[in-house]
Amino acid sequence: MTVRIGVITFPGSLDDRDAQRAIRHAGAEPVALWHGSHDLEDVDALVLPGGFSYGDYLRSGAIAALSPIMSDVKDAAAHGMPILGICNGFQMLVEAHLLPGGLIRNDHRHFVRRDQRLTVENASTAWTSAFTQGQEIVIPLKNGEGGYIAGDETLDRLEGEGLVAFRYAGVNPNGSLRDIAGLTNERGNVVGLMPHPEHATEPGFGPDTAAAMRSGVDGLGFFHSAIAAVAAVAA
Amino acid sequence: MPTIVVDVMPKAELLDPQGKAVSGAFARLGVAGFSQVRIGKRFELTVDGEVTDELLAEARRVAEDVLSNSVIEDVVGVEVAE
Repeated sequence: MTVRIGVITFPGSLDDRDAQRAIRHAGAEPVALWHGSHDLEDVDALVLPGGFSYGDYLRSGAIAALSPIMSDVKDAAAHGMPILGICNGFQMLVEAHLLPGGLIRNDHRHFVRRDQRLTVENASTAWTSAFTQGQEIVIPLKNGEGGYIAGDETLDRLEGEGLVAFRYAGVNPNGSLRDIAGLTNERGNVVGLMPHPEHATEPGFGPDTAAAMRSGVDGLGFFHSAIAAVAAVAA
Repeated sequence: MPTIVVDVMPKAELLDPQGKAVSGAFARLGVAGFSQVRIGKRFELTVDGEVTDELLAEARRVAEDVLSNSVIEDVVGVEVAE
């Protein structure tokens, strides 16, 4: 069976096509979905892509989180569908209360774009099982409002329950508390992160590695994980 | 026409990068006497007709649920301005 992964396009999404390409590179079938509809077209998993939905008006991801399709996304999340929020998609998941906390302007106030080292802190989610616990990966990061914040109580709970999925390694690029780059929910099906796995899935277009320039494809692991998670449920 | 004004501010304990940028500009301009600048948001909700208690309650609800994110912001005022 071919796993079908939906990518929802919102007004102002930028990386929806890149996410579709990444899904294809990983061996699944991308399905383009539209924010204004209530139809998830029977996909097996979902990606909320990066960009600047609604121009980041009100708060990043806030208005997109109120889109018609988001009620269906919430239902799917409750039923265990693998859902990945990348950058603006992570901001939407937080605004939709599918993940806790908030994202604010980078502490240094500059937009940052860099190939970012990350530590995989939880390798047992639907989007991280292809990695090993503690593995270091490199994928691009590009954001202006990527500073993760939450109250101390929430942060302690996230740490205690293993809900920190990714942490920044080497450099904390945006002032995120406790170096948090990405989170998972308790069930492990909903994962959000600021860096962009979809930009590291094709040799020649990824981050530099020791082996060759732009050869980094660490982002593929995210999509391979989801494909395996869907296959495991179907089996 | 009456207007309900909703004021939202970033939480006091959080870094306010926008306010910090303005503070930096003040320092460059030689503007003195202000130890801190914090930037919030003001929403004006125009009402056709009278502001009823129900409408004010609805404004308070959307102020908490939509206009602000309680993780990073506080609603500091929901007032009727004639």
